[in-house]
Amino acid sequence: MLLNTHDIKINGETLNALPQDLYIPPDALEVYLDTFEGPLDLLLYLIRKHNLDILDIPMAQLTVQYMGYVEKMKVIKLELAADYLLMSAMLIEIKSRMLLPKPTEVAEEDDPRAELVRRLMEYEAIKLAAQRLDAMPVVGAELQVAAAYYQHISQIKPPEVSLDDLLEAWKNVLKRAKLNQHHKLGRAELSVREHMSLILRRLQTETLVEFSALFDMVEEGVPKLVVNFLAILELAKEGLIRITQQSAFTPIYVQAVSAE
Amino acid sequence: MAMKELDNIHQMKQVLEAALLTAGQPLSLDDLLKLFAGKMERTTLRMLLDELKQDWTEKTLDLVQVASGYRFQAKVEYSEFITRLNPDRQQKYSRAVMETLAIIAYKQPVTRGDIEQIRGVAVNPNVIRQLQEREWIDVVGHREVPGRPSLYATTRYFLDDLNLRSLAELPPFEDFAQTEIALSN
Repeated sequence: MLLNTHDIKINGETLNALPQDLYIPPDALEVYLDTFEGPLDLLLYLIRKHNLDILDIPMAQLTVQYMGYVEKMKVIKLELAADYLLMSAMLIEIKSRMLLPKPTEVAEEDDPRAELVRRLMEYEAIKLAAQRLDAMPVVGAELQVAAAYYQHISQIKPPEVSLDDLLEAWKNVLKRAKLNQHHKLGRAELSVREHMSLILRRLQTETLVEFSALFDMVEEGVPKLVVNFLAILELAKEGLIRITQQSAFTPIYVQAVSAE
Repeated sequence: MAMKELDNIHQMKQVLEAALLTAGQPLSLDDLLKLFAGKMERTTLRMLLDELKQDWTEKTLDLVQVASGYRFQAKVEYSEFITRLNPDRQQKYSRAVMETLAIIAYKQPVTRGDIEQIRGVAVNPNVIRQLQEREWIDVVGHREVPGRPSLYATTRYFLDDLNLRSLAELPPFEDFAQTEIALSN
């Protein structure tokens, strides 16, 4: 078998010794494993470039050589070497079947090489398809998609609470307070400012408090609830707390602005 | 900008153009219909897009249709120049990656075993991962055999990135078949 050594280059250097068959000299193993994508690729190369006949591969010699360097391969890419071994085993099987005398009764036995040829040709087509895909222009490299700048107004705004929502919540507070009303006599000194501080202090420890939780319907009389409500409005007005609601009719939450 | 009624074709095309130029990714017909708040027919939209495509023939961008929708992209003649802006971005995949991608593109859905059978070598998990990270392939199911191996297929992003509307636009697989390997007797 005459092989041409000029058209195979590994890492830019012309190779002096070409693969004669599936046998790979141990010292060149890594180079071959990097150059060929596996035994099919190597076999295809030998067939297409050097007109190798599958049956020409000296099987006995190949087997001896393979077994000899399996030991040496244990350190490098064993899983890849295994693929080459599998291919040699397959070739040996094909060859042995070809050498067996054909029984005359069995008319048409499939050529044992047919399956290998089918696989080689399928791999060859995939190889070319891959080269074609690789040559196609790709977005991000050869294709540039227009992306003119546009200021997206996509800041997530906290839902706004309308005056009506607050009033509704307040009415509920009053309604529930009425159910638990106690009549207390005497004058209590109620300070909106004091309640503002109380609420703020509470918001230091509990970062998010439900609006209704700020009112103690059982213990506090209506005047205190009113003062508390005024304190909340005042805090909101001074920008010290934020009042939010996820959507209509869901609980209203109060949080300290500094707590963020 | 007060554009109450867009009954003017010119205005409608301008809205489409502005949206497509700023999108940075393909916009589907459904996306584009949203621009007109239900006051646009699909057929009219298609017609307007065709016109828009015509309007741009003499300019620097092409309006193209890919799997996910419509997008503007630089005409090929400028690509060579534009890539000079980011010479390092040219990511080249190994042969193993490209062959695996070709198998998935042409034989999908396929398992790792199918890929190994065709390539004749074990599939490095890294190869599959690279393609999944690029969002070019994903798992579309499992083959009901022991181990329930994942079935891989290419994604819409793969088609978008390769400037294709569908897999049918890939060159037919038969085109890659070479001369029969002769068997001597």
